[in-house]
Amino acid sequence: MAIQSSIKANLYKDSVSLMRISQVTVARTGVQRVTLLMGTRSNKEFLQQAGLMSPALEDAKPGDIMIVVADEAPEKLAAAEREIHSLIVGEEPKGGPAEAAAEAPPRSISRGVAIADHADLALISVPGPYAAAEALKALRQGLNVLLFSDNVPIKQEQAIKRVAAQKGLLVMGPDCGTAIINGVPLGFANVVRRGAIGLVGASGTGLQEVMCQIHRHGQGISQAIGTGSHDVSSEVGGITMLQGLDLLAADAQTKVVAIVSKPPAPDVQKRVIERAGKIGKPVVICFLGGEPAASAGDVHRTSSLEETARQAVALAASNQFERDDGAIEALVTRVCASLVPSQRYLRGLYSGGTFCSEAQTIWRSVGLRVRSNAPLAEADRLADVEASEGHTAIDLGSDEFTVGRPHPMIDYGVRIERLLKEADDPTVACIVLDVVLGYGSHPNPAEILAPAIRRAKAAARGQGRELPVICFVCGTDADPQAYETQKAMLADAGAEIVGSSSGAARAAQAIASRMAADDNATGRRVMQGGER
Amino acid sequence: MNAAPSALQNKTSVISLGASDLDRGVESSGAPLVRLRWQPVGDGTPEVAWSLAQLVGDTTDADCLGSRIDRANAEVLERILTAQPVWVDIAAHASEVWPDMGRTLLHAGPPIAWHDMCGPMKGAVVGAILYEDWAATPREAEQLAASGRIRFAPCHEFGAVGPMTGIISPSMPLFVVQNKTAGNRAYAPMMESGGAKTLRFGAFAPEVIEGLKLIETVLAPCLKAAVAGIEGGLPLKPLMSQSLHMGDDVHNRNTAATLLLYRAVTESLLKSSISRDLVHETLRTIGADDMFFLSLSMAACKATMDAAHGVPFSSIVTAMARNGVNVGIRVSGLDGQWFVGPADIPVGLFLPGFSEADANPDIGDSAITETAGLGAFAMAAAPAMVQFVGGTPQDALRYSREMAHVTIGRNPGFTLPMLDFIGAPVGIDVRKVVDESMRPVINTATAHKEPGMGIIGAGVVQAPMKCFVDAVGALATIGAG
Repeated sequence: MAIQSSIKANLYKDSVSLMRISQVTVARTGVQRVTLLMGTRSNKEFLQQAGLMSPALEDAKPGDIMIVVADEAPEKLAAAEREIHSLIVGEEPKGGPAEAAAEAPPRSISRGVAIADHADLALISVPGPYAAAEALKALRQGLNVLLFSDNVPIKQEQAIKRVAAQKGLLVMGPDCGTAIINGVPLGFANVVRRGAIGLVGASGTGLQEVMCQIHRHGQGISQAIGTGSHDVSSEVGGITMLQGLDLLAADAQTKVVAIVSKPPAPDVQKRVIERAGKIGKPVVICFLGGEPAASAGDVHRTSSLEETARQAVALAASNQFERDDGAIEALVTRVCASLVPSQRYLRGLYSGGTFCSEAQTIWRSVGLRVRSNAPLAEADRLADVEASEGHTAIDLGSDEFTVGRPHPMIDYGVRIERLLKEADDPTVACIVLDVVLGYGSHPNPAEILAPAIRRAKAAARGQGRELPVICFVCGTDADPQAYETQKAMLADAGAEIVGSSSGAARAAQAIASRMAADDNATGRRVMQGGER
Repeated sequence: MNAAPSALQNKTSVISLGASDLDRGVESSGAPLVRLRWQPVGDGTPEVAWSLAQLVGDTTDADCLGSRIDRANAEVLERILTAQPVWVDIAAHASEVWPDMGRTLLHAGPPIAWHDMCGPMKGAVVGAILYEDWAATPREAEQLAASGRIRFAPCHEFGAVGPMTGIISPSMPLFVVQNKTAGNRAYAPMMESGGAKTLRFGAFAPEVIEGLKLIETVLAPCLKAAVAGIEGGLPLKPLMSQSLHMGDDVHNRNTAATLLLYRAVTESLLKSSISRDLVHETLRTIGADDMFFLSLSMAACKATMDAAHGVPFSSIVTAMARNGVNVGIRVSGLDGQWFVGPADIPVGLFLPGFSEADANPDIGDSAITETAGLGAFAMAAAPAMVQFVGGTPQDALRYSREMAHVTIGRNPGFTLPMLDFIGAPVGIDVRKVVDESMRPVINTATAHKEPGMGIIGAGVVQAPMKCFVDAVGALATIGAG
């Protein structure tokens, strides 16, 4: 393979823009491989490992774009490289002399503050190594911060949270994917009505699912405060989660508080529960994947996202919504009737990390062994993330799948590939997919996913079996992608639509249990190491 | 826990930076949104970004390092704006000003040793040695310079500034400018006439040395008498202010300022007892060189910026200077240090027969004018200047607008008619340069890289980011220490 490398100096572009340029270049020039990365140390290591590093790139600085094109046919390289350069330049604003003379748009937070209408929040999604610096600048200038960026050094995270606490400002994140502050959706966020329920959460998709269910059951959200996944570690101490609780305690519109998080470090957990008991408002706590705990006083403990939404709605409106158990039961019976005995295993292919943990929690609760790239127990870690074993739940949003490509909520490519691969596996009983709507996510996921589901099902049918695909859509009727349309398109492709992440996991679990029970009943149980 | 519920009390108004698409919800909600065109700051390393963030001021935390810096900078700005540079005298010889200088040659830019000097500066050193009669031939002069028996030092460290190579030797006469507010004095050598062949561009031919002698024996005594005849000296700030309104930037264009100086000295010279021939010779010299005023402009800026130097914690640049190899900056709160980076080749027009291949990297102390908020910072006043870089008058306005993003104030004493008489931006803050990744622009002449070849063009150049990044690092260290 012939490789050609060059540098575009002094121009930062985020990975999504670079990805877009790569895709367009491949489409237009037919070159086999285009890799565009900023010249950071870790990106250079990545190129090294991929065998794409060259001496020409050694001098690249973090603010330079590294350009690598590769093809069997060397004559294609120059054209591809020209295309890349023109796309990079083409993305820059251009205009006549008048525009050229006009001022460049603001680059710094200071200038942003100077021209903004009383800015009070910075939404920061720059690369992790730079993110805390921008957050600190924002805090010093009186802004609250939502830090979407991940890979922020822990010392810097601690430093910015200290300054924020001193100033009474909020740092949501690092690694905070979603929030709704005063009705303004930030990051990946669904459109939900405003109401009496305030949320605090260390898990992005968990918050999204809970707020969507609350909305779908007629209630609304006062505030949704994301904390980022590291906040509840003992190093950070749950600073933001505790601060969020205080904010919601003081917020007049908030009548009920719900917390969604992976289990915090024990000391943090204790502090959060203590604080929750003292704010004078009912609090629903879901530490997903943790040990079940008893409710006490105004603190209600739940163990699934659906249960969390139900409790919160019940407390806010005293009309607890019904679980769709009947519908799920019918679905399970219908699906199982179509399966052949070899179809025993569940495969969850999630774009939301919280959904992946929740599925594991629900599946494990009936004694299934679930392997994952993000396992609840280390012993269940997949040896090879590309190869499922037994019951498997994959978080496709975790680092091993997202280096150099957009998140699976935006780019369904990796997930569709995996879906087709699983469809080829005769031991698969059903596949579970989440479809996340809202701002930040793919503008029309069903349009991409429905044909892929058709192909997967057809492939299985070609091998003499049915492949049930269970989907749940995390979204609302007010989301830009239109919830009902998305569901209809997926159902039309033959997907089984379930109303919640928890319901989807329960349905899958019931299918697995029933297939195993049928197996037992017919005395053909084979110990394959997939169950315990 | 003293969390005030401020996050939820205000109407949410968002500044967004980084990956595209994450603020779509903000946009759709109708909340105010400013999307930044974010780029990594400074040289692009995360370390600099973090250092810089430590230096941001905070109105609710007076003790944090950034707030200390802000207060120091306010003091510095006050000193700059209240400076009153006045041309008070001519020193007949530099050795009068610095009696202990012995065989010292002052040069432009940050410190540099003989063997590291660029061609033009070496040429000027040879010329100055010949002028001082310390050697008889250029070859002997070079040997002497290399022998270690000549001391080299930056003009800036002596309260002086020199254009281009900026060489000041003990016999040279100097303009003396006093800042009446702070009392300090600044010095600059006189402009040689003689086109391309001048010591400041590294020429040392016999006629160059003769020109220097003429300055010493004719021009200096006459101008000394002239300034003595102006009661209280000649206030330079009003003169420079007026020149801006007449199309000068008082760095690379001094046509108007030179005329105003000519007017000021004419009457004084005629009233003096100086012979008619010498008066004529003096006026002819001034009148023949559109750039004659530059020495006074530089000295005025130096007198201003020296008064602003040495305020602890201040992040304001008090000197930008180039020795033809490196650019160095001095920062008010970081006394005794130069922060250097490699000098670029100016971008601009070349005289017929020359090209960028012949050009020496940026050289001279004249960027003291930009440091004081003139030159390229006041480019809006001098639209004719942009022809050097093939630009339009709009570009001239853009320079002045952009430089406002790296400065802390505006000088009401130097207004820009084309920008509705707003004051020229002044007070370069190393923090802002790094934060905006915007290097200060400098108007400059271009020297030939070989000694003795003289001026080959003019244009604009930018100070290297490394100077500012290093200064930010040094300021952050104060905080850590």
